[in-house]
Amino acid sequence: MEGFLLRNRDIKGLHSLEVYRKHGGYDALKKALAMPPEDIVSMVVESELRGRGGAGFPAGMKWKFLPADRSKKRYLICNADEGEPGTFKDRQIMEFDPHLLIEGMTIAAYAIGACLGFIYIRGEYDWIAKVLVRAIKEAEDNGLSGSNILGTGYQFCIDVFRGAGSYICGEETALIESIEGKAGRPRLKPPFPAAYGLFGEPTVIHNVATIASIPFIIENGPEAFKEMGKPGSYGTELFGVCGHVNKPGVYEYPMGMSLRKLIYEVAGGIKGGKKLKAVIPGGLSAPVLRADEIDVTMDFESLLAAGSVLGTGGIIVLDEDVSMPHVAQKTAKFFAHESCGECTPCREGTNVIKFLMDRIIAGQGAPDDIAQIQRLCRYIRGSTICALGEAAAMSVGTMVKKFRGEFESLLTR
Amino acid sequence: MDDKLKRLIIKLTHRFPEKEAAILPALAMIQKRNGHVSGNDMEEMARIMKIPEARVFSAASFYSMLSLKPVGKYHVQVCSNVVCSLLNGFSILDHLAGKIGIREGEVTRDGLFSISSVECLGSCGYAPAMLVNTEHYENMSIEKVDRVIDSIMKKEGRT
Ligand SMILES: Cc1cc2nc3c(=O)[nH]c(=O)nc-3n(C[C@H](O)[C@H](O)[C@H](O)COP(=O)(O)O)c2cc1C
Ligand code: SF4
Ligand code: FES
Repeated sequence: MEGFLLRNRDIKGLHSLEVYRKHGGYDALKKALAMPPEDIVSMVVESELRGRGGAGFPAGMKWKFLPADRSKKRYLICNADEGEPGTFKDRQIMEFDPHLLIEGMTIAAYAIGACLGFIYIRGEYDWIAKVLVRAIKEAEDNGLSGSNILGTGYQFCIDVFRGAGSYICGEETALIESIEGKAGRPRLKPPFPAAYGLFGEPTVIHNVATIASIPFIIENGPEAFKEMGKPGSYGTELFGVCGHVNKPGVYEYPMGMSLRKLIYEVAGGIKGGKKLKAVIPGGLSAPVLRADEIDVTMDFESLLAAGSVLGTGGIIVLDEDVSMPHVAQKTAKFFAHESCGECTPCREGTNVIKFLMDRIIAGQGAPDDIAQIQRLCRYIRGSTICALGEAAAMSVGTMVKKFRGEFESLLTR
Repeated sequence: MDDKLKRLIIKLTHRFPEKEAAILPALAMIQKRNGHVSGNDMEEMARIMKIPEARVFSAASFYSMLSLKPVGKYHVQVCSNVVCSLLNGFSILDHLAGKIGIREGEVTRDGLFSISSVECLGSCGYAPAMLVNTEHYENMSIEKVDRVIDSIMKKEGRT
């Protein structure tokens, strides 16, 4: 492990304010509140921090999209929905180091001028939501959150809002709709949340790991942040390695870490000494890599060049005994189930792909089924309101493309 | 819906800049208290929040953690997504179904248990995973399922 997000994870009692402060906690907030908000925005822009929620959008640029008029109400939302299969990184920060997230949010809110923030956490993380509520209360009782923070007169409150079991609510505008008490159906963009977000007000929304990176940047400066990682992908990433490895877990390394090393050294290699078949490198939405394609580094550009995406950094390792059609079937089922139904290509497309995969697996596939799946993937791509449709088409489509023989051998002739 | 629940819902509407933001928390509260959200609950909720019933129903019917039908006192949800299913998630589900004597989607006659399979629970590094009401269980095995179910049975006075 190398980095700063999980550096203190294993310290006993880190979730308590006392221990957090003993390890330098809230020093960054103190420093930030002594600076003009614009300077903090500049530091984040200079750090070139990119969002860790999947899309990798530059954080500072998002802040600059806010309307210039600072007198208007603004909101900050932390996206802790963590619904992408293969992803279990944000919980490491929230469960073990909740004050890091609170400190990061308070700094970000000060920079953008928000006085109310939400942590939208998936409903299944009930125990973690309780950890957060307790930590926020502790911060409030000690003048680090709420009104008059650190005696500066600055006010910012955080509300922990629980989701109710819906992957699409991780999409930022569906998440906003969800807080507004509606079904989680993404909005057409533009307008983007920075212009028209929660309750119609300008809103900035970030992943947990993005926000948790901010205290380091403020405390040590953008240059220190850029000493980690590589151009285009600075800082560290939380790599969650799961599936057929000996030591599954979340490991922090600078961006640009070798995928092979992560699997064979960090995560202890393939379970039972078996051979590797394939890797899904960035959460289930990411296109699969064959075993001969894993000599790639884990950063935004390299994975894009390799035909996949860094996504959430959740790495699903599949051994030689895995049947790719079975993985494709589960993947298709997931996206069909989670499609919000708002646009036709995604709603109908994902369901028909699931139907076709089910019948291929049942040994009742028709000769044209594979080509039909690929056609559907093509139709979905580029014609949906949000990226879920795209993700479904890219993930299943790549499995079919790279392991076509396996799918064909299941077809009845 | 009892008076206490009504008071809690009204209190919730004051927690947010706009009262509609209380819809999901209120539904979750009802679900937690009653095990599911009934038609009557939704009507009542709309009335005390002074919002259209359709608003409540369209939200309640969208989310998988909200159930419009009664579930068991112990609602067991087993992850059936890729990683868990590759790491024996389905044998957990099968074992559970056999042990409790119902299939996925059913409730036991005494109303004690129900089972469903769900999508990724965010426990992929600790697979297979399952949820009993709001309690998260990870690194499951058939023996661990036995232990969890047996201890519930004991607590409920059945053996
Ligand atoms: C279907 C879908 C699901 C998503 N789920 C999540 C999620 O669980 N957590 C998250 O942080 N971002 C998720 N995102 C990305 C968000 O829309 C958004 O880009 C992100 O929260 C922005 O934060 P960042 O700039 O810090 O990355 C999802 C996007 C899509 C299309
Ligand atoms: S792409 Fe799918 S999930 Fe996204 S808005 Fe359209 S139907 Fe909903
Ligand atoms: S796949 Fe089962 S918890 Fe993620």
